[in-house]
Amino acid sequence: MTAKNVGFNGLMPCGWTISFRLTMLRAAARPRCPMSEFWVPLIELCPMARSAVNTQHRMAPPTVRLTDARLEYDGRLLFENLSFTLEAGKLTCLLGPSGVGKTSLLRLMAGLTHPGESGHVACDDGAPTAGRIAYMAQSDLLLPWLSVRDNVLLGARLRGEPRDRDIAGRLLQEFGLADYADLRPAALSGGMRQRAALARTLAEDRPLVLMDEPFSSLDAITRARLQDLAILALSDRTVLLVTHDPLEALRIADRIEVMAGRPARLGETLVPPGTPPRDPGSPELAALYARLMARLTHAAAATEVSQTGGNDGP
Amino acid sequence: MTFLRPLLIALGVLCTWQAIVWLAATPPYILPGPHLVAIAWFENAGIILENAVVTLAEIVLGLMIGALCGAVSALTMAYFRPARTWLLPVLVVSQAIPVFTLAPILVLWLGYGMVSKVAMAVLIIYFPVTATFYDGLKRTDPEWLDLAATMDASGWATLVQIRVPSALPALASGLKVAAAAAPIGAVVGEWVGSSAGLGYLMLHANGRMQIDLTFAALFTLAVMAVAVYFGIDRLSRRLVPWQAESEPSA
Repeated sequence: MTAKNVGFNGLMPCGWTISFRLTMLRAAARPRCPMSEFWVPLIELCPMARSAVNTQHRMAPPTVRLTDARLEYDGRLLFENLSFTLEAGKLTCLLGPSGVGKTSLLRLMAGLTHPGESGHVACDDGAPTAGRIAYMAQSDLLLPWLSVRDNVLLGARLRGEPRDRDIAGRLLQEFGLADYADLRPAALSGGMRQRAALARTLAEDRPLVLMDEPFSSLDAITRARLQDLAILALSDRTVLLVTHDPLEALRIADRIEVMAGRPARLGETLVPPGTPPRDPGSPELAALYARLMARLTHAAAATEVSQTGGNDGP
Repeated sequence: MTFLRPLLIALGVLCTWQAIVWLAATPPYILPGPHLVAIAWFENAGIILENAVVTLAEIVLGLMIGALCGAVSALTMAYFRPARTWLLPVLVVSQAIPVFTLAPILVLWLGYGMVSKVAMAVLIIYFPVTATFYDGLKRTDPEWLDLAATMDASGWATLVQIRVPSALPALASGLKVAAAAAPIGAVVGEWVGSSAGLGYLMLHANGRMQIDLTFAALFTLAVMAVAVYFGIDRLSRRLVPWQAESEPSA
């Protein structure tokens, strides 16, 4: 309880700074924006913004297509001939009943295949996805023997690259973890750990980000704060976020996909109006929420029916 | 209470021991009372300590060599797939041979000196260290390995940066088992044939009906074994400080 309180207090003062700096970033990211000439010098003054803008020029986010995806688990066919597209620079949320194969789809995208899983991943720019992916799982996956800072820089450590302590310091500062940089993850609360995991994902500085229920283990308020952080920090990347929470999808997604049935299929893509983070309480989102819930309920029923059907079979 | 408890336990054992001696009226050459053992210890302190140093050296050397061999074997099996398929069956089958039966052969091959006892301790320690460390290396959280894969880590980097550190708590528990087994190896080796050591002293005292000296030597051995065990425990806590932290989630 105490740790959590400390965590929040630690985040509060820098919350404004984050949204301010990243708002500047978003403005700069739109080339059509007439204000960009005005913002650019400002961005040059801000190191984090500068690095992020440079990143944008260096690595444009690709559109990623997964085709011919197939998953067989325990002798049961979960999906086959499935195609899935992640649009460039958009945050796509993938919803669906549990056990439908959402995580497997994400793992196929990440190139992490188990026996029984197969699929073909291609980017519109022709380059392979290898070396362009950052992955974030439901559990924070912080290594308990490394300090928070070393965890954030894990990618560089594993690749034997020089570790840029400035980037880690800046990210930890932005995420309100500067005071915890030298501590081990065990000293952090759940929300802080997940923030550190997000910082590690961003330190990878990859144009394609794959997240598997990254916020589902957090309490409502911590989750909302982390979603806000993630939306701003991931604004110019191609992102896939698997979630079971339709409200989360409506709040942060550019595009929503629902996966259902057995073998699983993707339905019509939902594009919620406005820019995230949206207020899930607004009337237009309430209508969309009702639609999404209806689809999910139908999806869950369809999956269950085919599951029972599958169990009765040989 | 933490300091008091071991003292109370020791006191309880001593009282029970004395009570048995009184009630059964055992002659001192069958079961001497605690006070006789204490007297024997002080009277023979020089000999006991002289031999204790030999046994302690055998235990510590055996532990160091055994732990090193075990750790290297486990790493080899974890990193090279062919090594695993060839070494693992050999390792398991080797455990079917009671190590004690090898003691006479080891003494024959390596002589009455310290080498045969160290070899004995190494043989006893090697398996628990190899088995626990290899198990730890195999049980690395697959999600960590996935994360490492998406970070384009090489197999070697994954082994050194993730698998080995995550297996260190398992290695530490293997070493604790080894620390408890090492004195057995050393003493059995000394019983079979030696010219020094606590096992040698016990055998001699036993032969000359100096049971109080046997008990004094046994007591010294027990103190040494406990000290080695707790020494390793302290060391592993210091070297693997996240062990306790990561246990609840593991």
